[in-house]
Amino acid sequence: MKKPASLKDRATPFRQAHELGWRDFEPGFVLTEVASSRHYHTGDWRSKRPVWDTSRCIQCGVCWIYCPDAAVRRRPDGFFEADYDYCKGCGICARECVTQCIEMKDER
Amino acid sequence: MKSAIPKTVVVPPGHRRVGMEDSHAAALAVRQCNVDVVAAYPITPQTHIVEKLAEMVANGELDAEFVPVESEHSAMTVCVGAEAAGARTFTCTSSQGLILMSEVVYITSAMRLPCVMVLANRSLSGPLSIWCDHSDVMSIRDCGWIQTFAENGQEVYDLVFHAYRVAEMADVQTPVILNVDGFYLTHVVESLLVADQEVVDRYLPPYRPRHSLHPDRPVTMGAYGVPDLFTETKKAQDEALRATYPHIVRAWQEWGDLTGRHYHPVETYRTEGARVLLFTMGSIGQTAMVAVDTLREQGLPVGLVKLRLWRPFPHEDLRRAVAGAEHLLVLDRAVSFGGPGGPVASEVRSALYGQVDAPVVHDFIVGLAGRDVAVPDFEAMVREVLARKTAPRHEDYVIYGARE
Ligand code: SF4
Ligand code: SF4
Repeated sequence: MKKPASLKDRATPFRQAHELGWRDFEPGFVLTEVASSRHYHTGDWRSKRPVWDTSRCIQCGVCWIYCPDAAVRRRPDGFFEADYDYCKGCGICARECVTQCIEMKDER
Repeated sequence: MKSAIPKTVVVPPGHRRVGMEDSHAAALAVRQCNVDVVAAYPITPQTHIVEKLAEMVANGELDAEFVPVESEHSAMTVCVGAEAAGARTFTCTSSQGLILMSEVVYITSAMRLPCVMVLANRSLSGPLSIWCDHSDVMSIRDCGWIQTFAENGQEVYDLVFHAYRVAEMADVQTPVILNVDGFYLTHVVESLLVADQEVVDRYLPPYRPRHSLHPDRPVTMGAYGVPDLFTETKKAQDEALRATYPHIVRAWQEWGDLTGRHYHPVETYRTEGARVLLFTMGSIGQTAMVAVDTLREQGLPVGLVKLRLWRPFPHEDLRRAVAGAEHLLVLDRAVSFGGPGGPVASEVRSALYGQVDAPVVHDFIVGLAGRDVAVPDFEAMVREVLARKTAPRHEDYVIYGARE
């Protein structure tokens, strides 16, 4: 499957929600751009971030399955990491990790 | 001289004159608008409108989906879904039904889906009542729909076409509620002018939605409005509703040009030189015209101002219509419990606040749940207003006729 273009790669820069004025909407707040929720960086909400200790990871993918925001992704080397643009820091991945190799560290 | 009761009746070209119940006239107009989907749940006094439409669909006279839903909430929801898919829809309700559908009523306007609803006005329970007042429509006053009022069967018929014409205009895209007084209008047989289909077709173009749900052109409707956007979406919605005003007037002008029947946001009757102006919405305006004639014969300088357009509120038209009068006697058909008088009077006061030489507003809450407001009642209220030694405070009102 083709990986969706990263926001940074986009040809036309989108405007963050707080940059939009009331004239910028389609009538009725109809959204014409597919998957525009990608512009919304829920990672801003995070107070703790999951950090992987790959030395103990068995690559079972449980963290990837459990993440409620589909923010866990698989790296080419088979290990997993969070997409911090969207990881809300809920800690579910750390709680569910089979080997307890994910640590929730304070954001600062 | 103008009179409340027309002396001669002329049938204009492209029309025929028929005797018809106002509910059936509404249904006929909806049929002539060639709607695609009708979704409604029966409730007194709206029933005859929906029954007639069901009959038309069953007889093959109207090529539409008739969706017999299990509740009013579903009725409105079906209309929202169908409009989103590009269909022209109709729904119709009253009182408790409106309250039940109100959740979706607000969403319809926020989504700018040009649904049309006839609201057969009926009091809200409790105690349980099926009779007419305006407590139902006032409960959704701020729902963001265009809201008009009809006074008689001809207006019910005509305003259905206007509702679709305005709602679907590219610059409007806003749903419309047409208020029709329950029983006073819905269950009355009147002599009406019915337009030929060709007249309707000249007036109402096919519905061309700006967006509709289609797999080839994906869009998102009803998206979540994050706090960073919500204020802007509401500002956009409010600006859009305010901007509908000239289109509403233009659509009435076009209908007037075609049929000779003209409508305005605020209409007046014998206001020349009037010291006291009555102020009404809906069918009560008909009795008020007779009352004005009667009182004028008695030498009392009384006139009448009728509000046809409730939302967007026509502030300027109102100010112009009442200029020069000493007293404005506002007839409310709903109570705003613990509030600043009836909902209509408090808006009228807002419109006039700070105006030099504005008339004194007197608020009378009348006609609750079908309580008669007859010519002698108007006379009594006018005499009471003229006898008042001091102007009422802004928050004063009278629930007229309530026995001690
Ligand atoms: S902390 Fe929550 S949101 Fe972030 S990657 Fe883990 S499960 Fe997903
Ligand atoms: S759940 Fe734990 S062990 Fe399994 S893949 Fe995720 S990090 Fe590795």
